[in-house]
Order: sequence, then C-alpha cells, then structure tokens
Amino acid sequence: MFDVPLFLTFAAIAVACAINLVLQTHPISSALSLVGVMGSLAVLYLLLGGQFIAAVQLIVYAGAIMVLFVFVIMLLNAGAEKRPSRRVLGAAVALPLLFTAAALGAVMITTQIPKTAAVKFGAFQLGGAASIGRELFTRYLLPFEVTSILILIAILGAIVLARKEI
Amino acid sequence: MNFYVLSLIKAALVAVVLLTLCAYLVWIERKVLGHIQLRPGPYRVGPHGLLQPLSDLIKLLTKEGVIPANVNTFLYLLAPFLAVLLALTSIVVIPFGPEVEVFGVRTNLGLTDLDIGILFILAISSLGVYGIAIGGWASNNKYSLLGGLRSSAQMISYELPLALAIAAPLLIVNSLSFREMVMGQQGYWFGILPKWNIFAAPFPQIFSFLIFLIAAFAETNRIPFDLPEAESELVAGFHTEYSSMMFAAFFMAEYANIATICFVATSLFLGGWTPLWPAQYGSDFVPPILLGGAGLMLLYHASQALRTRKWDRYSFPVLGVVFLGLAALFLVPALKPVLVPLFWFAAKSGILIFTFVWIRGTLPRFRYDQLMRFAWTFLFPISVVNLLITGLLVALT
Repeated sequence: MFDVPLFLTFAAIAVACAINLVLQTHPISSALSLVGVMGSLAVLYLLLGGQFIAAVQLIVYAGAIMVLFVFVIMLLNAGAEKRPSRRVLGAAVALPLLFTAAALGAVMITTQIPKTAAVKFGAFQLGGAASIGRELFTRYLLPFEVTSILILIAILGAIVLARKEI
Repeated sequence: MNFYVLSLIKAALVAVVLLTLCAYLVWIERKVLGHIQLRPGPYRVGPHGLLQPLSDLIKLLTKEGVIPANVNTFLYLLAPFLAVLLALTSIVVIPFGPEVEVFGVRTNLGLTDLDIGILFILAISSLGVYGIAIGGWASNNKYSLLGGLRSSAQMISYELPLALAIAAPLLIVNSLSFREMVMGQQGYWFGILPKWNIFAAPFPQIFSFLIFLIAAFAETNRIPFDLPEAESELVAGFHTEYSSMMFAAFFMAEYANIATICFVATSLFLGGWTPLWPAQYGSDFVPPILLGGAGLMLLYHASQALRTRKWDRYSFPVLGVVFLGLAALFLVPALKPVLVPLFWFAAKSGILIFTFVWIRGTLPRFRYDQLMRFAWTFLFPISVVNLLITGLLVALT
C-alpha cells in the first residue's frame, strides 16, 4: 500500500542528496550528503526485500566508512574549496548538452534493453540473513573467499604504505 | 483490533515511558552519585528532589537558545536533532515481554520484531556518532572539535569488540531477531539455573557479556570512557557551545542510549523477560514481596519520622500506599501475565543501568592513549578469541 510512495520519496531523497554532494563546496557537507544517499539506498534495498543488505549498507558504509571520511576531514580541518568563477557561456553550452545526454540515455535504455516484468514489492523473500549466509557459504564460496583475501591484501598494503620507518 | 491503531497506542505508550525514564534517570544518577559521595543529592524540589527533572525541564525550556556567530547554522541545529532521533529509534526492536492478551487483544509486548533486529541496533548505533561529530565540528570551537574527533575515533574502535561480543551469543541462539533470542533462553538447567546466554550450554557467554558492557560504556560516552566531554580538558567537549533545549537533546540522547544498550544486554545475555528461577518455586511472588516490603517499610518509618525532615511525614505514607497498591496489582490474576514479565525485564535492565551510575561514581577517567590501546590491544583480541572458542564448541556439539 505504501510501497510506491515510499519508493518515490526515498529515490527522490537519494537523487537530491547526490546532486547536493556535487554542488556543495565544503567537504563536510559533501560527505554528509553521501551519508544521505547511502541511507536512502538502504531504505530502497529494504523495500525490495533485501533486509540484510540494507542493514549492512548502514553499518559498513554509512556507519563506518563515512564516519572515517568525516573524521579525516575534521582532523585535517579542510576548508571550503574555491571554485573558479562560473561563466555564463559555459553554463549555456553545458546545460543543453546535459539534457541531450540524459535524453539519449533514456532512449537507449528504453529501446535497447529488453522489456522485463515490473518489480513487485515484497515478492523477493530470500533477502534475510539466513538465506544470504547459506548462498555465500555454498554456491558463492570461492568468490566470497577470494574477495576476502583481496581485501586482506589491500589492508596489508595500506599498513605498509602508511607506516613511517621500521 | 486494527494493526495501525494498536501500533499507535503501543508507540505512544513506549515513547511516554521512555522519555519519563530518561528524565528520571538524571534524578536517579544524581541521587545515587550523591549517596556514593556521602551527600543527599537533589533534595529541595519536591519530596527527596522527586520533582527535580520537571524543574530542570522548565529551566531548559525557558532558557535562551544561543546560536553563536560563525557556526554552520544548519549542521549546528541538525546535530542535536540527529542525536536524539537516533537514540530513540533503537527502542522499536526491543521485546519487553511475551505475547499476551490484554482486554481481549492478543499482542506482543514490544513495538515490532524485525528478522534483523540486532543488525538494526548495530546500524542505528553506528550512525549515532554523527550527532556528536557534526555537533562538535559545526560549533566552530576547538574544544568542541576535539570532542567530536575523540568521539568518532572512540566509537569506531569500540564498535568492533561490541559487534564481536554480540556475534558469540548469536552463534548459540541461532537467530538475529530479539524475540526469538529471548525465546531460545527460556527453560532451566537442572530445573533451577536459567538457560540465559551467560550460562549457555557449550560455552557460557559471561566473557561476551563483560566485553559487551565495557564496549557499551565507550559507545555511550560514559565514565571511564567519557573523553568526548572530559570537562577537565575540553570544557564540555562536543556540547560546549550548546544551550537550552539543544543541550537538553544531547543530554536526553545520552540517557536514551544508556537505557537502550541496557535493554539490549538484558535481551541478549540475561534472558529478557524470563524469571530468575522457575515459577513453580514462586518467582511470580518476587515483585509483590519486594514492592509490598518497600511499602510497609515506608509506612513504618512514617510513624517515626525525624522532626527535622518535615516532608517525610507526608511523603512516606503516600509513597507507602502507592507501593502497596503496586504490589496488589501484581496479585490480580488478569494483569499478572502482563506485569510479571515486565517486572523481570525492568529489574534486569534496572540493575544494569544502576551499574552504569555506580561505575561513574567509582572509576576515574582514562587517558586518551590508554583508551585506544585498551580497545585495540586488549579488548579486540580477547573478543576474537572468545568468538573463536564459542564457534568451535558450537560446531563440535
């Protein structure tokens, strides 16, 4: 009953936050807009039945990674960035180009991609923690382990690069 | 009854109780701290300072809310709102009691039950740091900024042991939903010892419980880990610039966080609403005996009140009758299945909340480097070892 209005609301919030992320000059405001995008994406996942993904999106992206971003911005005390003065000519050329690109993209998507059935909210039932865990540790075991080793290598690399002298 | 009407009634009830609890937690904290330090605590407003929270509220409401020059106004106003919003949200997944029938309506005692309940709590509490960090940054004050920085570093560090300490009992109860978690802890070993997670079968989760409690102190920014608002170094930390209701919002968020984390610990480790010993040995009579005893004691002392404490001559008999009435409520057969689980839940959470205040009255504050070293070199390794041992023993059985 509330599915479609909720979807439209949070999709609009996500897009608005994403635009705000680019337009803001101060890094803190941009980072907080990104948190807004991630939060609304989590709600969209939840509407589609991906409970586990929604919670993990909030815990990992919004709650851990973005807190680190904000922490670093606050620690370095980064100020508002200076934009080169905006030119009317540039905007006059860019805006039509932007709309043309958007229209082209829309046409490509509607004509090139085959038509699929509409998404039904609540139809997908396998988004819980139990079913995701079962799939990860049986069918997708190899990709899962390979990814975890890749992340481990990245962490070790970051430590080696960030360390001063032995 | 209509689902929406029922949910609205329950939400209103929980909101009123939680907000009153937050206000009175301040009174309880000041009173307990006072008695720990051999002074009476708040005493002037109402009998034994019982109306102190009300007068605090009036004071904060009527104060001028100053917005200093050179702050980022939007973020400055957003921070206390975020803090209190996120602190109050987590309560929705906490189960306060079993499924009961009140006036012919069957319902769960608790607002909702998510399949990912514990992940929801983790997600909301990991977002909670934004309120403090943004507030500290937007104030444009070096003390506030340091407080916000410390808070974000501390909360990220202590979230790891907290999550690992939560993961260990989850291996035993095999569910992420709070209601199923508490259901899994019903029953008794040898007919007397409760099957709570701290006494669980392959590996007792007492270590997870202790790690969880220590990390909870850091997550709620309480002494001995209250570095973000260390008044001896940072004036008042992240809320130095805040006044009036914006300050009250931070204050309320702190107490709501304490209440929520104690509710989570109760459901996860202490068996939620299940009694300490089986009902056939009379555990249902604990609340009326405790409350009735308190009422009788008040009535006895009313008869020989000290002449210097004039309030007591009126407050003791009134409170005594109130307590006796509460005790009588627990003996009404229709209300018993609702009130007894609520009593056990409140008793366990209350003991944990008291521990928070007790620790504040006992321990000094850590130094910042000690705080970080403690998290990463002690708490994190032992929570990993605890999780591995639990996992091994669960796999073997």
